[in-house]
Amino acid sequence: MIYMSKIGVIGDKDSILGFKALGFSVFPAVSKEDAEQKLNDLAKQDYAVIYIVEQTAQLVADSIAQYKEQRFPAIIPIPGNQGSLGIGMQSVKASVEKAVGADILFREE
Amino acid sequence: MANKLNVNPTRMVLTNLKRRLKVARRGHKLLKDKRDELMKKFLEIVRQNKEMREKVEEMLQKAHSSFVMARAVTPTEIIEEALMFPKKKISLEVSTKNIMSVDVPVLSFNTEGDSNDIGDIYPYGFATTSGELDVAIATFSEVVPYMLRLAELEKSAQLLAEEIEKTRRRVNALEYVMIPNLNETIKYINMKLDENERGNLTRLMKVKDMMLEQARQKG
Repeated sequence: MIYMSKIGVIGDKDSILGFKALGFSVFPAVSKEDAEQKLNDLAKQDYAVIYIVEQTAQLVADSIAQYKEQRFPAIIPIPGNQGSLGIGMQSVKASVEKAVGADILFREE
Repeated sequence: MANKLNVNPTRMVLTNLKRRLKVARRGHKLLKDKRDELMKKFLEIVRQNKEMREKVEEMLQKAHSSFVMARAVTPTEIIEEALMFPKKKISLEVSTKNIMSVDVPVLSFNTEGDSNDIGDIYPYGFATTSGELDVAIATFSEVVPYMLRLAELEKSAQLLAEEIEKTRRRVNALEYVMIPNLNETIKYINMKLDENERGNLTRLMKVKDMMLEQARQKG
């Protein structure tokens, strides 16, 4: 089954403005309530991928976790213009730990 | 610790239990194979995921820093105005792929725009904006395919991790609870039936002895 979908970006205005020029749908959100509401709204619509700036992602970690088991949307944390917080890497690490029971990818670091 | 099931020790129950044990063993083997294969796929994907994430984070870092440069030399209003109406529209094509009964997303994107020129990614005229903004936008547009690949991989990794956890739980339940319990119960019924058999035999021998005794007294 193939269908068309959209890409959303949530985060602080400065970090996401660049994505707007590329044709992504951007949604500025700074506060926790704002971001949560945006996230839930987008998840209900046909957004298959939602990128969320890490600074915002850490505020709404609970809401993100609840979409983890669903096929769509894929919620992907990306670094904002204040640099990476390592949240994205942590979620990769978390899924390794969940599947394998121990962290085998990041051990050497 | 294996607990025996609460059943009547009869031959019929024994046959049923033996059949169930066979099914459980077969299911256990199949699930174990599934788990191993899922794990193989997962490790493959998660390795790519890690590399892709490192790459995307690095590229975005660059894009952001050039965007900051652009903001420094151009007033905010002008930048916002310039980016207000994107020229291109990205539409995402979503389909799914089946990996060991897990549906993972496959993403591909198309860009629609007024012009077919691939280099034409700037949604603004060049009169009011600076060259830095052009650089920033170009860097951003370079990241897009990688970002989509990252989304695909990361979601796949998450879904597979979920499925592995579920499968592992089932394998363990069969291996450490279901199968030992069945074995224990089968053993119990066998012993009980044997015991009945022996009891019956002794009783018959006793009766025979008594009958012989009676015959001797008469004769």
